[in-house]
Amino acid sequence: MDLVTPLGNEVLELRAGDRVHLSGIVYTARDEAHLRMKEEGIPFDPKGAAVYHCGPVIQNQTIIAAGPTTSARMNACSKFLIDRGVKALIGKGGMGREVAEQLFDRGVYLAFTGGCAALAASRMQLKGVYFEDLGMAEAVWAIELDQLPLVVGIDSHGGDLFDRVMRRASMRFRKMRQPKAGL
Amino acid sequence: MPPDVLACLRCAVASERNEIARQELHNICANIEEAKRRQIPICQDTGVMVVYLTLPPEIPFSAQLSDAIAEGVARATVDVPLRPNVVDPIGRHNTGTNTGQGMPAIHVQPGDRMTVTIIPKGAGSENVSRIAMLLPSQQNEIIRFVAETMLLAGGKPCPPVVLGVGIGSTFDGVAALAKEALLQPIDEMDPFEQAICDAVNRLEIGPMGLGGTTTALAVKVKKADCHTASLPVAVNVQCWACRRATETIEVP
Repeated sequence: MDLVTPLGNEVLELRAGDRVHLSGIVYTARDEAHLRMKEEGIPFDPKGAAVYHCGPVIQNQTIIAAGPTTSARMNACSKFLIDRGVKALIGKGGMGREVAEQLFDRGVYLAFTGGCAALAASRMQLKGVYFEDLGMAEAVWAIELDQLPLVVGIDSHGGDLFDRVMRRASMRFRKMRQPKAGL
Repeated sequence: MPPDVLACLRCAVASERNEIARQELHNICANIEEAKRRQIPICQDTGVMVVYLTLPPEIPFSAQLSDAIAEGVARATVDVPLRPNVVDPIGRHNTGTNTGQGMPAIHVQPGDRMTVTIIPKGAGSENVSRIAMLLPSQQNEIIRFVAETMLLAGGKPCPPVVLGVGIGSTFDGVAALAKEALLQPIDEMDPFEQAICDAVNRLEIGPMGLGGTTTALAVKVKKADCHTASLPVAVNVQCWACRRATETIEVP
């Protein structure tokens, strides 16, 4: 499915494991930006917005590298964004149970491939910046995406692909018989 | 990226059946191409530098040589550029140069010619690496221990991973062996390495923990003899960005 920000209720139709292409403006935010937004307010219109867990490398107003950072670090500080209308969180590695519950009936978590900083940058254009005093990696950058390929990691119905994969992996591990070392 | 790693990634694209996993692998390959085209780092975590030297008899390992390596790392941090990743372990002050006390890590071995090998090691994968002091009677536990390491790691180390497994030596030595195992080309595995790799891939954690049969691209094992009463095992996890390079230096 092709998605364009600002997002609406079309995201509620998505299921964990669906592949989507996202276009339009997204806002980067890591740990420091979340803390600042919580204290001082969200500097962009949060309604239907997408927040990208990313600390980009920017040189001369050009995005050089913008891979996803580990989303789980933002587990405890994402609720206020979802409460204010943010419809998609983007990052790598999945998020905790509490975030899956907060996204219920409201939004989705989209996964982008870890380490793919150059590929991401090739689909991006810089549009603006907030909280620049936080430094390059922690500032909130407004970035226009052109068809970034993502996977729905957590949907708005409680479906969590990461959780499903790891539950199955645990089961397979328990069933693993002890093989001969064969050294 | 070394050609053997690229070859393994291409093989994975060809053999993976899970559609989500295929997209992840396609993204990784497209990313490598894009980074090459624009001459920028493959991943924003450019790691900490781990250096392996072989030195011929006429070149001693001196403070001067050690300083020269540190200077090279500091210069590369500006020129490439590399992300400054080296900090004080408690104060967390960043040195800004990717050098510091004991950094870069330098390992020296005697050889016929002078060679310098660098592995830039990212933290996502380093943080989920493990060590076990198994008992001599627990040989059968080795494969389970490696598989368990990946089970605990899940998608955190950015799979598909390369696993360096050290077996034998001492508590400190086995960790070094595990990292040295990552110096070997990964497009060939012996039957034991293949058996470990198959066990890990049966977990179907897949690229980025999103499911699929490509969890490990390869497993490489390096062994050393050990005390008759121990069986040290270490697993050094490496992300798909399995970067390494070796340069031979002609000594006049």
